Amino acid sequence: MNAGRPSGTRLHWWWIGAAALVLLSAIVLGVMVGPVRISPYAIVGSMLDRLPFIEVDTGLSDRTEAILWEIRMPRVVLAVLVGSMLSAAGAGYQGVFRNPLADPYLLGAGAGAGLGATVAIAYGPSTSGWIIDPLPLAAFVGAVAGVALAYILGYTVRSGRTSVTLILAGVAVAAFLTAIQTFLQQRESDTLREVYGWILGSLNTAGWSEVVMVTPYVVVCLAGILAGRRLLDVLAVGDTEAGTLGVKPGRVRLVFVVFATLGTAAVVSVSGLIGFVGIIVPHTVRLLTSASYRVVVPLSILLGGAFLVAADVIARVAVSPSEIPIGVVTAMIGAPFFAVVLRTSKGVVS
Amino acid sequence: MIRRYVPIALVVALLATACSPGDSNETAPSDTSTSTEAPDTTLPSETTTTEAADPDFPVTIEAPNGVVTIESRPERIVSIAPTSTEVLFAIGAGPQVVAVDSLSNYPGHAPVTDLSAFTPSVEAIASYEPDLVFLSFDPGDIVAGLDAIGIPVILHGTALSIDDAYTQWGQVGAATGHVDEAAAVVEDTIESIESAIEALPEGTDALSYYYELDPTFYSITSSTFIGGLLAPTGMTNIADVVDPDGFGYPQLTAEYILDTDPSLVLLADTKCCGQTADSVSERPGWDTLSAVANDSVVELDDDIASRWGPRIADLVEDVVVAILEMALADG
Repeated sequence: MNAGRPSGTRLHWWWIGAAALVLLSAIVLGVMVGPVRISPYAIVGSMLDRLPFIEVDTGLSDRTEAILWEIRMPRVVLAVLVGSMLSAAGAGYQGVFRNPLADPYLLGAGAGAGLGATVAIAYGPSTSGWIIDPLPLAAFVGAVAGVALAYILGYTVRSGRTSVTLILAGVAVAAFLTAIQTFLQQRESDTLREVYGWILGSLNTAGWSEVVMVTPYVVVCLAGILAGRRLLDVLAVGDTEAGTLGVKPGRVRLVFVVFATLGTAAVVSVSGLIGFVGIIVPHTVRLLTSASYRVVVPLSILLGGAFLVAADVIARVAVSPSEIPIGVVTAMIGAPFFAVVLRTSKGVVS
Repeated sequence: MIRRYVPIALVVALLATACSPGDSNETAPSDTSTSTEAPDTTLPSETTTTEAADPDFPVTIEAPNGVVTIESRPERIVSIAPTSTEVLFAIGAGPQVVAVDSLSNYPGHAPVTDLSAFTPSVEAIASYEPDLVFLSFDPGDIVAGLDAIGIPVILHGTALSIDDAYTQWGQVGAATGHVDEAAAVVEDTIESIESAIEALPEGTDALSYYYELDPTFYSITSSTFIGGLLAPTGMTNIADVVDPDGFGYPQLTAEYILDTDPSLVLLADTKCCGQTADSVSERPGWDTLSAVANDSVVELDDDIASRWGPRIADLVEDVVVAILEMALADG
């Protein structure tokens, strides 16, 4: 990362303003658009009606109110949380590993979550009657365990504990966990479609309970990554050089991995493995603005949320009233979009 | 029903072995009447040689995987398909079955092995020394592998229509020496479905249903096997607007399901995914559905719903009962 910084390292207020505007527009779009047509006036009225001391008769039936408040709203909110978290985790990983291809699933979080989910689906007890749904719990535990395993493996390598050994440990752990997951999936073939559907990722069944479940993790982890974003810039000069500047690269890396992993594990546990967000959002920000993490992290959080809300709108209205897995949309729309940014931008990735 | 000319005594004997207990009352009268219509049943050569030189064999079956010739009555059948297993046992070929795959859980006394229906291996199948194998799909060219070592295979893929299923059952009967029993099972199923449909109240065409394959709202359209099975009920399938004649298994959005407010919610994910009428009512927003308010969330048996065996009549009956209960509650 010793390349030119196209637009300096300062976070201009208008970038934040523009990104916030994009996020806000995406949220408005996400709330307004869906397979069921609800008039914008009724939606605004219904929102005002929820405020204390304001009574608005929207004329919406109970069922339409339920569609708006119990299905569409939590889905939009969850998309913001998942998109922001995955983008911030991706940016964080790209920083601490100085690797432009790093994504939130790099150290085995995705493979671990997949294995956890498969075990829960194939061998878990019937989910009804449980206070906590075992599926997200198993996915969360799997994701954290996968990264912990990779970290221990990478950390116990004798010669040179660099970021590269950690990445290689992550690759090995991910391959191993994926192999076990595939094995179990083939053994328990009657659950194949359910497992596959989970892995593709979806916000289709999102409700407020999922939002409540992940919000604490996302808030804490985003705050952690945001607070440490300057350290990512220091790490960019290399481990040895960072050391001379008084930064302990190993420790910084561990802290970022913990935040990114907990956040990723939390969102993945309710949304499945939505790919591509963690890579393209930070890179798009980098190409459009600056390579400094002081800029990349906050803008990735805002635009990552916006990107996933927009992708989810496409997922639910493109073939309405049918649904496209959101992971397919993020890649299908995201990849060409990224290619355009890559070609037209003057910025330098790495 | 019975085409070949056989004496009444043999017909009665056949019926005694063919029909499962409980069915015999229903089918016996019609069978005796068919055989009395056949007057010249006195050819002695046909009656005496039941087991010695089996007249049913050799037989050629025009299976979906090509023409299959079976030289003699198979006694070591391996079924790698839950549907075929159900059919084999329903038509009385159970004693000839030596092994079934790990998912063949019905009937309970079927010889379940750890053979995988999903990734079967030629060697594992061959180790049971089968003289006939049933498959429902052909991953990794299992059919060619079994052909190569001279084991006859019948590949009965997912039935696309009820007639398709009946044809398959008939072929299972012909291949195993249970032609008449298979015909009887087909006849029984047709009768059960017809009488269930006749019991329906007026005005079912004003009703609609949502058929749930899993808790992420995968559904079926009328172009699928189950959709076709439920079509005679007259109800509208809410997934049909998605792709009436396409792939047939769309994933719906919760918004759409709530908005269309189906009269009936049919759950085919009770075993796989632990869904119940209660869990459906607890989903966010779903308490506003009429089907939840009217107790019209029907818990189906996933296994019956995902196979095309003789138990499909039970599924139609379950749905008809739910419609009747709804009509009673209304009236």
